[in-house]
Amino acid sequence: MYSYSDFDESFVRARVAQFTQQVERRLDGSLTEEEFRPLRLMNGLYLQLHAYMLRVAIPYGTISPRQMRQLAMIADTYDKGYGHFTTRQNIQFNWPKLPDVPAILQALADVEMHAIQTSGNCVRNVTADHFAGAAADEIEDPRPYAELLRQWSTDHPEFQFLPRKFKIAITGSPNDRAVTRAHDIGLRMVKNAAGESGFEVMVGGGLGRTPMIAHTVRDFLPIADLLPYVEAVLSVYNTLGRRDNKYKARIKITVHETGKEEISRMIEQRFTELRPLFGGHDQALLEDIRAAFAPPAFRNAPTDAYDAFYKADPVFRSWADTNLTPHRNDQYAIVTISVKAHGQTPGDASSDQMRVMADLAERYGHNDLRISHEQNVILPHVHKSDLPAVHAALAQVGLATANVGLISDIIACPGMDYCALATARSIPIATQIAERFKALDLEHEIGPMKIKISGCINACGHHHVGHIGILGLDRAGVENYQITLGGDGTETAAIGDKTGPGFAYDEIVPAIERIMRAYLAVREAPQETFLQTVRRLGLEPFKVALYEAEGAQDAA
Amino acid sequence: MSRQFTPKVVTANRLREGDVVYLTADDQWTLLHHEAELIEDEAHAQLRLLHASAQKLLIVGPYLADAKAGPNGPEPVHFREAFRTRGPSNYDHGKQADLRA
Repeated sequence: MYSYSDFDESFVRARVAQFTQQVERRLDGSLTEEEFRPLRLMNGLYLQLHAYMLRVAIPYGTISPRQMRQLAMIADTYDKGYGHFTTRQNIQFNWPKLPDVPAILQALADVEMHAIQTSGNCVRNVTADHFAGAAADEIEDPRPYAELLRQWSTDHPEFQFLPRKFKIAITGSPNDRAVTRAHDIGLRMVKNAAGESGFEVMVGGGLGRTPMIAHTVRDFLPIADLLPYVEAVLSVYNTLGRRDNKYKARIKITVHETGKEEISRMIEQRFTELRPLFGGHDQALLEDIRAAFAPPAFRNAPTDAYDAFYKADPVFRSWADTNLTPHRNDQYAIVTISVKAHGQTPGDASSDQMRVMADLAERYGHNDLRISHEQNVILPHVHKSDLPAVHAALAQVGLATANVGLISDIIACPGMDYCALATARSIPIATQIAERFKALDLEHEIGPMKIKISGCINACGHHHVGHIGILGLDRAGVENYQITLGGDGTETAAIGDKTGPGFAYDEIVPAIERIMRAYLAVREAPQETFLQTVRRLGLEPFKVALYEAEGAQDAA
Repeated sequence: MSRQFTPKVVTANRLREGDVVYLTADDQWTLLHHEAELIEDEAHAQLRLLHASAQKLLIVGPYLADAKAGPNGPEPVHFREAFRTRGPSNYDHGKQADLRA
């Protein structure tokens, strides 16, 4: 993976020193909160409901064992022994104390990590396919481009005060696992007729209060044009984007109000101005970066042990069936470690669990770990003969849950258990749904299912693109949960449709159960997924399941 | 006619630790909601909020939260404020644990 250059190192260290002094000046009263707030946010430090929260960037979700151990150390020393992996491939610490934050940032800098640009109206952490460099369906590893974008966007003087935050996602595969169509800029690697790699550029996607699927503004962008083109998009947005209304400030609104044709024209025009200014240094840099993402030295060894174990052990088989993904090397597998044990908070890993994952990555995983936007951890390169040992080690620390892609593999934002912006809780809804379907033993019967829960309209939990989306709201001082169906975050992206009136806190889990029972009753065959059933039949059978019992009560 | 004033407490987070605190009648910051001063007059509420806002070395983000009288002192009205008196519901962390210790 990429290692810091001297420039990166001194930049991050200088920022730690600067913020250390800013914290001192806040604590001695030289800075007011109004003065300090933008400074702390630039360094990822929020004040949440019960405590401060530090959001640490994990660029494109790639993290080394050494970094993972340092996160565990920070969790033990300065927090409550755990961290929360987020839907933007970052990690959040929920309980840091302000005087400790400089030491935490120092500890992060020691392992080439930081919290810069994890907040504020700037280009945030560039996210990527969590199977990058390993997936069998991949055209090319997208991470060198993500790293190039990271370097270009970090402290970019023109883009520190954008109208609003700006999120870029990139995938190297036709099967989109990075939700690129719901980002401010989505980049999808494609091949042109000549067989050259390039990008489909999508602009103006986003969730939040005005969910939109991105428009394609370029079908094929040559690799050498990446930075000038992205800079052109940012530049047009920086000029046109609305600063008068926070709720209309994202680029999706700019695209919507300007029109796809006109904004494409403006981007292209700006691009022709910018392109000559990029003299090739970026491409030289890209070549250096590529070397850092060279594939590991794959081992050539028999996989019979895996086959035998798979046949013999039903628990292992169940885990292998749900948590493994085909690797480009057929002796290898991609392991998704479920950080979603039934009843546990989605995305929360204890320091012990972090250390075990770090050990496994070192011992069996070519020193590579990923964080997925679905709040799980990935070992991207595991030789199949090592899978039984990996599974056994994971089971020791509660990380062997065989539920990836199933109903209990839920995305949930922190919600009102932590977040100052939330309007309702998310975490307890997620844990109750997971436990309910485990008790019913319906999880595997239901099959592929993505439930995504947000505790407010800002949609950090991606509810709009959940097969089932749940949005927690405050309705007249009571938690209320709105359901959407048919959302999709992949290459066939779609925003889910609302079913109707919301459900109270203690009604939402039974409501989800009614939807699932309706699905099991109306699906054509077990192979027809929930999403396919919704697309075939629409919302009607599910509305009947959700509301007819209520209607009957009203009539009585 | 103006609407009847809903009683308030002044609440904020501690600057250093981030803990949720409430302003008492004798100008202390307490972790306990029921020890807060229940303010029943709008003008007095604004004065108390001003007083709190000046304490920039102790607290962050003071505001007035709706409250009601209870047998042991003020109680929160909204569920958000009820959560702030305790901590998160997924772990025994925050004040619900700290106050017991």
